[in-house]
Order: sequence, then structure tokens, then C-alpha cells
Amino acid sequence: MAAPVAIHLEFGGGAELLFNGVKEHHLTLPSQSEPWDVKQLLVWIQRNLLKERPELFVQGDSVRPGILVLINDADWELMGELDYQLQDQDNVVFISTLHGG
Amino acid sequence: MCQVDEDYHEPLQRAEVPSVSKKCVKCKEGTAAVVIRAGDAFCRGCFKEYFIHKFRAVLGKHRVLYPGEKVLLAVSGGPSSCSMLSQVQEGLSQNAHKKLRFLPGIVFIDEGGAVGQSVEDRRRMVAELQAVFKATGFPFHVVPLEQVLDLPSSVVAAAPSPSERAAGAYKVAVGHFIQSDGVGVTLKREESAPADVQESSTHSLQQLIGSAKTLTAREDLLNTLRQHLLVHTARTEGYSKVMLGDNCTRLAVKLLTSISLGRGAQLAQDTGFSDSRYRDIILVRPMRDYSAKEIAYYNRMFCVPSVFIPSLDTKTADKSSIQRLTESFVTRLQADFPSTVSTIYRTSEKLQTCKSSSTADHCDRCLLCMCALDTAVENASAFQATLISEQLSQAKAPAATSAAIPRQNPAPMEPESTAATGQCCSSGGGEDCGKAVGGVGCCSSAKGPESTGLRSLLCYSCQLTIRDMSSVERLPHYILSEAQRRQRRSQMREEISEFLLDEGDEGD
Ligand SMILES: [Zn+2]
Ligand SMILES: [Zn+2]
Repeated sequence: MAAPVAIHLEFGGGAELLFNGVKEHHLTLPSQSEPWDVKQLLVWIQRNLLKERPELFVQGDSVRPGILVLINDADWELMGELDYQLQDQDNVVFISTLHGG
Repeated sequence: MCQVDEDYHEPLQRAEVPSVSKKCVKCKEGTAAVVIRAGDAFCRGCFKEYFIHKFRAVLGKHRVLYPGEKVLLAVSGGPSSCSMLSQVQEGLSQNAHKKLRFLPGIVFIDEGGAVGQSVEDRRRMVAELQAVFKATGFPFHVVPLEQVLDLPSSVVAAAPSPSERAAGAYKVAVGHFIQSDGVGVTLKREESAPADVQESSTHSLQQLIGSAKTLTAREDLLNTLRQHLLVHTARTEGYSKVMLGDNCTRLAVKLLTSISLGRGAQLAQDTGFSDSRYRDIILVRPMRDYSAKEIAYYNRMFCVPSVFIPSLDTKTADKSSIQRLTESFVTRLQADFPSTVSTIYRTSEKLQTCKSSSTADHCDRCLLCMCALDTAVENASAFQATLISEQLSQAKAPAATSAAIPRQNPAPMEPESTAATGQCCSSGGGEDCGKAVGGVGCCSSAKGPESTGLRSLLCYSCQLTIRDMSSVERLPHYILSEAQRRQRRSQMREEISEFLLDEGDEGD
């Protein structure tokens, strides 16, 4: 049983519009049998945070192309992308580089 | 730069470094933070150096900005143009030989009225941006897009031809600048506060944008209006160059979009480093070597402020416009094939227009986008085919011709380059439609004379945009009056054509 994970989420570049314009979110992911990874985080965001138009944020089980992901200020490509296991106090940032957000 | 080259010559050293993926490929010490090209991971420090170097390198390579020249930075508030602003600041703070030597100013076009933002939202965003601009110490101009409605027709008329600068002019200018030691060219601090926007002009602007029936046409129209206003601001404030923030991801999308919109002939100018369509004002795109990702990372890591400004396509689906669909196509392809954007982008570098468009007579230029007209083409072209099929489908409605304003004259081009409207009557297949409507109205569209006359002054792509508008009467006065002037001119030309020496026959 993995313990709950407290993380800090941030949305920018217009991605925040899909979250009622709120850029920063402090939240605690509940404890579950397996450790939390980014893939599960995306599912959780869709169910609990995303206010509208999920197709503008996710595609398949990843983020929509054109949305960058940073984990603790580093490119998520260096961190294992969807498989990265979230640690307590991690900082995850989503930045849209698409025109108009 | 030499250091980068050295790295490639030392494969042995590279082999010694364990776990390349987590270490910076350049200094091989720092922890990698950004992957910029497939496999190339840079640490923070090297990424910053690489980013800053690139800006100087692109300006150095093209050598179009003269020392002491006034350059207007078009800042939209978005990440790319704000990054450009920060690079100019960076360049001006460098010491001695590395220092940028032009005089920057900033312009922000507030498009809130066109995209339906509330007055309060617009004020808030302008205030936010003004804080950013003030911090730079550069002069800045905040211009509401509504002002496009009051532009003089000189914006789209023949521009005063700039004195051609000789090849050595750049060196001479540098010499003068060094001699004067840069003294006396200090920036005059000026700030133009946003003019109060009248509700009625916002309403007119919204009607204008709204008269375009598709999002594709609306975006295209907005781009055109914005560019006119930028060029006008540069002229009235005494700038000779305008810097645009298009990055290479944006330009790759723009390139493919342009092709889809029928702007093939204008591709080189739409996406190149420098764009001379306005002659006395040169548009430059110094950010075109950066990807959207590099810019987003740089801005985030080094705290470059930018302000999110909604645009027409905010929160719209992929298929809402050609521009949006192309962007989605490119970014999706890029996700699986990381060299997509750079491949498209490199293609754009190789493009050239066959006829140097800066030398084209001004009357041969599109009234809206100011590019050389591409409508003077041979009979067997897709453009002619479209025209003929349009005529055939409309030939049965001669009633529309009664109100015809003079348009038997071909488009305002030289006589030998048979214009779009003129040719259809004289060439094969046109005979039939010529009879039907007395040789005058064969090209009239269902939309009436105003629109037809205007279309002959436009390039193929801008014709398509106008065709998507419910009424051309909503176009700003400066465009319509210039259209009338050009039509009168070509009509006069037609009348005296018998007495003119045909340039085409001279050689025979
Ligand atoms: Zn490094
Ligand atoms: Zn055009």
C-alpha cells in the first residue's frame, strides 16, 4: 500500500483555461495499492480537475501533443514520461505551446 | 561556436561519460534538464548559453539590422515574442563587441475587441503587459486593433521606395557608429498610453471580423489587419524594421497552412527571415530558429514574463479552422517524428520567388497581403479552371450586371499579363459567357459588383478569404478607398491603352 502523495500542479500557456483559469493546484493523491505514476495522474486530473473539453488536454493515455510536461523543472522526457513514479512534494507543470492555448 | 565543433571531434571523450541521457551533452557535467533535439539533452547553463548564442547568431548571419536603426518589436504577450523581447534586452546588456547596436521599441496590438474580450479583461491585460514593457526601459506603444478602422489608405498604397542600400552599407554604418561611439543615439523614452477605445469602433471591428463566415477566413483577415496596423505604427513612429516573434514551430504550421490556403506563391515571404513586401518597412523573424518547446522551457527556467492572451481559436476543436487543423497535424506528427518541424522549416529556407517580388510594380501587388499578385497565370492553371467553372455556374444570371461598376478593365496589371478577369472573356471557352452578359459581367460573382471589382485586386488566397465574407462593405475605409483608386487608375490606363507602347512588343 503506497502512502498518499502531496504534489503541486501548475498549468500555463493557456492550458489553465481548461481548469477554470486556475494555474496552481496543491493536492494530495489518495493512497492506493500501487505507487502513483504520471499516467495515473493524468487519469486523476481528468476525473477530478479538468472542467471541460478533455480532448484539448489529453490524447489517448498521454497529454495532447503540443503540451509540454516538466517534472521538478526538468523535461519529462528525461524522467521516464508516463512511467515516472511521483514522489511526495513533486512539482508537475503542464505548458501548452499551442496557438491560443 | 568553436567549442561546439570541438565536441564533435572528440568521440572518445564522449564514450567515457556514463549514462549520457542524464548528463548534459555539451558540458558533460551538469544534470540534463531539457531535451531539445532527439537525444540532445542540455543542462540549465548550457541551454541558456545555446539559446542566447542562437539569437545573436541569426542576427549576425543575416545582417539586416543596422547600428543605430530603430527597430520595432511586435510583442503579442505570447511566449515567443516575449522571449524575443528578453533576448533583445540580453543583447543590449552584453559588453563591447557582442552588444546589439540597434534601438528597440515595443508595440503591442490589443486585439481584445476582435476576440470578444470584456473591457475590464482588456484593461487588466494591457496593464500587465505595460508593467513588463516598463521594466525594459524601451519606448513602447499600446495600440488597440480598433485603430485599424481609421488607417489612411497610404498603408496599402505604394510605399515610398527606400534608398537602396549598397552592399557595403552595413560596414559603413558600423564604422560611423563606432566613430560616434554610440553617443547621441540614446533612446528617447516615450510611452504611448492606450488610447481610449470607443464602444462603437469595437462594435464595427466585431462586425468586420464577424462578416467572415468561417474561422479560417476570420483568422486570415485578423492577421492581415494586424500586419497593416503594425506597419502603420512603424511608419508613424519612425521605425524601419519590425521584428516578429514567429518561432519555427509556428512557421512550419504557417507554411503548410499557407499552402492549404492557396498562398503558395507567397510562401517565401510569409515564412522567410526578412520580408520586404512593404518596401520601406522590413519585417524580420529572428525567432525562426527556435522551437516552441525551447522557448517555453527558456521562459520558464529564466522567468521570462509572458501574458496569456486569448485568440480567435482559443478552446476550439482541431477542425475549427485550417490553421488549427494544420497545427494539430504538425504537432501530432512531431510527437512521433521529432524532426517533423525542422524538416518543414528547412524546406521553407529553400523557397524563393521566381520574380523578386520587391521589384514588382506596386499595382501588381495584392491589396490585402501586399504580396506580388499570383493571378496572372497561363490558361492551363488550377486558378483559371476555378474561374471558368465559377463563370459557367453564374452565366445564367445576367441581371446582376445592370449595376455593374466599371470592371470590363482587367486587373490593374501591365497589358501583357492578362489579368484574371480579362482573360476569361478573350480565351477559349469564354466566348459563351461573353455573349450571355455582354462581355462585361462574365466574371461577376453572385455577390455583386463591389466584391468582384475588389477581387481583381487581390491575390488568389485573399480572394478566397473575401469570398468567405458576407459583405465587403464592412472592410475598413482605407482598403476600400485604395481599391477605388486602383480601379480608377486601371480604367484610365485602359482608356489610353491605344496610345501606350506595349512593353511586351518592344522586343520584337
Ligand atoms: Zn551543460
Ligand atoms: Zn493577398
